[in-house]
Amino acid sequence: MADLRSNFVGIKSPNPFWLASAPPTDKAYNVVRAFKAGWGGVVWKTLGEDPAIVNVNGPRYGATWSNDRRLIGLNNIELITDRPLDVNLREIKEVKRDWPDRAMVVSLMVPCEESNWINILKRVEDTDADGIELNFGCPHGMSERGMGAAVGQVPEYVEMVTRWCKQHTNMPVIVKLTPNISDIRTPARAANAGGADAVSLINTITSIMSVNLDTFAPEPTIDGKGTHGGYCGPAVKPIALNMVSKIATDPETAKLPISGIGGVTTWRDAVEYLALGCGNVQVCTAAMTYGFKIVEDMIDGLSDYMDEKGFTDVEEIVGKAVPNVTDWQYLNLNHITKAVIDQDSCIKCGRCHIACEDTSHQAITSMLDGERHYEVIDEECVGCNLCVVVCPVENCITMEEMTEGVDPRTSTPISDEYANWTTHVNNPSSPNFIPAKAIEPAE
Amino acid sequence: MAENGQEADIKAGRLDADDYVRNFSDAYPLLKKREAFVESERCYFCYDAPCVQACPTSIDIPQFIRQIATDNPDGSAKTIFEQNILGGMCARVCPTEQLCEELCVREVAEGKPVKIGQLQRYATDHYMAHKPQPFERSAPTGKTIAVVGAGPAGLSCAHRLASHGHDVVLFDAKEKPGGLNEYGIAAYKTTEDFAQAEVDFVLGIGGITIETGKALGRDVTLSQLRNDYDAVFLGAGLGGVNALGLAGEDADGVMDAVSYIEDLRQADELGALPVGRKIVVIGGGMTATDIANQTKRLGAQDVTIVYRRGQDRMNASDKEQKFAQTTGVTIRTYAAPKELVANGSVRAITFESMQDDNGKLVGTGETFTLEADMVFKAIGQTLHCADLGADFSDVELEHGRIRVDENRKTNLPDVWAGGDCISDGDDLTVVAVEDGKIAAENINSILKA
Repeated sequence: MADLRSNFVGIKSPNPFWLASAPPTDKAYNVVRAFKAGWGGVVWKTLGEDPAIVNVNGPRYGATWSNDRRLIGLNNIELITDRPLDVNLREIKEVKRDWPDRAMVVSLMVPCEESNWINILKRVEDTDADGIELNFGCPHGMSERGMGAAVGQVPEYVEMVTRWCKQHTNMPVIVKLTPNISDIRTPARAANAGGADAVSLINTITSIMSVNLDTFAPEPTIDGKGTHGGYCGPAVKPIALNMVSKIATDPETAKLPISGIGGVTTWRDAVEYLALGCGNVQVCTAAMTYGFKIVEDMIDGLSDYMDEKGFTDVEEIVGKAVPNVTDWQYLNLNHITKAVIDQDSCIKCGRCHIACEDTSHQAITSMLDGERHYEVIDEECVGCNLCVVVCPVENCITMEEMTEGVDPRTSTPISDEYANWTTHVNNPSSPNFIPAKAIEPAE
Repeated sequence: MAENGQEADIKAGRLDADDYVRNFSDAYPLLKKREAFVESERCYFCYDAPCVQACPTSIDIPQFIRQIATDNPDGSAKTIFEQNILGGMCARVCPTEQLCEELCVREVAEGKPVKIGQLQRYATDHYMAHKPQPFERSAPTGKTIAVVGAGPAGLSCAHRLASHGHDVVLFDAKEKPGGLNEYGIAAYKTTEDFAQAEVDFVLGIGGITIETGKALGRDVTLSQLRNDYDAVFLGAGLGGVNALGLAGEDADGVMDAVSYIEDLRQADELGALPVGRKIVVIGGGMTATDIANQTKRLGAQDVTIVYRRGQDRMNASDKEQKFAQTTGVTIRTYAAPKELVANGSVRAITFESMQDDNGKLVGTGETFTLEADMVFKAIGQTLHCADLGADFSDVELEHGRIRVDENRKTNLPDVWAGGDCISDGDDLTVVAVEDGKIAAENINSILKA
């Protein structure tokens, strides 16, 4: 049996599945239910200063659904906790006392004055919480007050507040990053410079879910008006994975621990985050959609996967995929693939044909001897994978590598040598560059 | 029976009132919105989709399903009506498992086709519940066409002609328009007077005058129509019923399935309809399954369909056969009727077992007898030319039905025909609709030339 125990920047938990700072971690009642269900830890919903903020009394959530009503993306306009600070602190202390083996991290957001941070840090320390997470990510409501994403979008503030926290507490400091920024490496470097023990990402993405076509108001709508909220759930996972990989591959932050957040719904999602360099993952939308029980399969699935792959410790997975993340310019241009359609599993829907015909390279037939027949024309196929993506039958179309002979599309012999853009004759920066006029016309 | 002296057990009111309601309610209820969304997502929006090719009216099926998926059910219905103005009835009665759904790539791949028929009904019912038919008429042409028969072929033809700006007089022998949609189809397939609602919908285009109670050969003659109108379309269906050719066929209780179904469809109260305790149905088509299902649902105790060939040769679709068997109908195959036993009323019928000898059906000499209070003939209908007037003999026939060309034109230069009365018809509603449509287009192009 694989050992799922996790030690993230000194914070121990029985498994690497934490609940993210969000509605599921706003009260002792919820958190205790989560711990009973098996969650390894929680990041308590963000605390602020009294008087507590107020939330809207209309809808707080909007969503994107599939036609069978599967929730694909969730957006919220809820703010940080709206309960008094001392109530939260008392509950945090009680829960940590009753559940000592679980990770208890407290999310914080107070105005950008050192004294405000000193005050709240002292009070959190008194709860015996395991660590703090600085909420520099919340994109709505708080950011207009100079907190949340308004801090996270200014690297100097990120570094400054991180440094204050490291100065005034011994608790591990996790800095939660906003994705609403052009280059995620900038705030990550700032957090690192400020001494952060880790970063967690992503917080939610600024979003308007939909527009009501009868009232012409954004949704969710409060008394005829709407505002941007924070987008999360399965839809944001690819964006989050990329941001995580940028931090994991940046020389300046490569050693900075990462807590992965963004659409984690299954153990598979979690393993992907781990492989891209995350020490653990945080979950919210999946729990809000299905309840806390989902952690059972996350634990079970991760354990089975590790056994199957021969991993004994979660740490062995962390960063496994990082060396394979590269820049486009280093991709092997001599790697030639062609789509191959398995005629036995083809159901003849013709989607590959029309996708290729209308929008790509006219490389798939539609007819053979008067019958519907879909076959790749190697002379035209650029190996783009669109047909694989649109085919409704898994593994019916596969990309097969050509390892010898001549690429029928380019009439170029297949080479097993690695060659990339940096050395390509068309690249003006390449030592092999041949100016345009010297290139012979095609054909 | 004669041998034992018992009287035939035929009576009304075999069931409680609630049972009639349940037995004759919608057999395949309308999909709810979410069901339709989920089902529509199953459609792959195939390129050059096989389902479209399988639809006799060439409805753009992937398109109308996509329009359901995008929550545009009215647009979806219009896509359907463009090709098939009786899309509502066809959604209910088409043997989709032999047409669009049989060729659905998901049927081929996994044995579970997209429920095209039910999605079509979702769209058309949605539309018809709140909007009139969507087509506008072209400028008046001053031409008037006589359409004989207000069934699917005639309605389709009349609507298409009207849309091209022609006026139409639509004759029907019955009291109500609709043809077999009104008088023939099993009651649980078209509930809540849908056939008449659909007639109203079709007539909503305007320019169509309807004359019911006017039969060709009785109240009007073909020569009159040809004289008085710019063109004639014959969609009168089949008036005759094939006989068994057995002695005693005129005994009480030996009945035409179609006329009993007609009575049933027109009955104000199903409980007032007399039905036998033991029923034997002879035939293998949709009429056979329809009469069997409906008499069983009226409370008959034993209902047996007897067909002379194997079950795979029955014209009734697999789905209809299974539906009958689920209803409790017994299907016996390879048996041909030999002798009716009657004492004034039919009491039993004797069959000879048959076998398939290299495609040729031969009797084995073995016989069996089934008790019967009612015997229904469902072995096909015929064009009864004698009823259609002396001048009907001007119309050329083929295999006992009207011969038409690919434009549904008869041998007469101003007479077209379609539906069950033509030679190459499949006796399906949807095929009749297509016949009417094709004929109307041809009539239009000739009249406008």
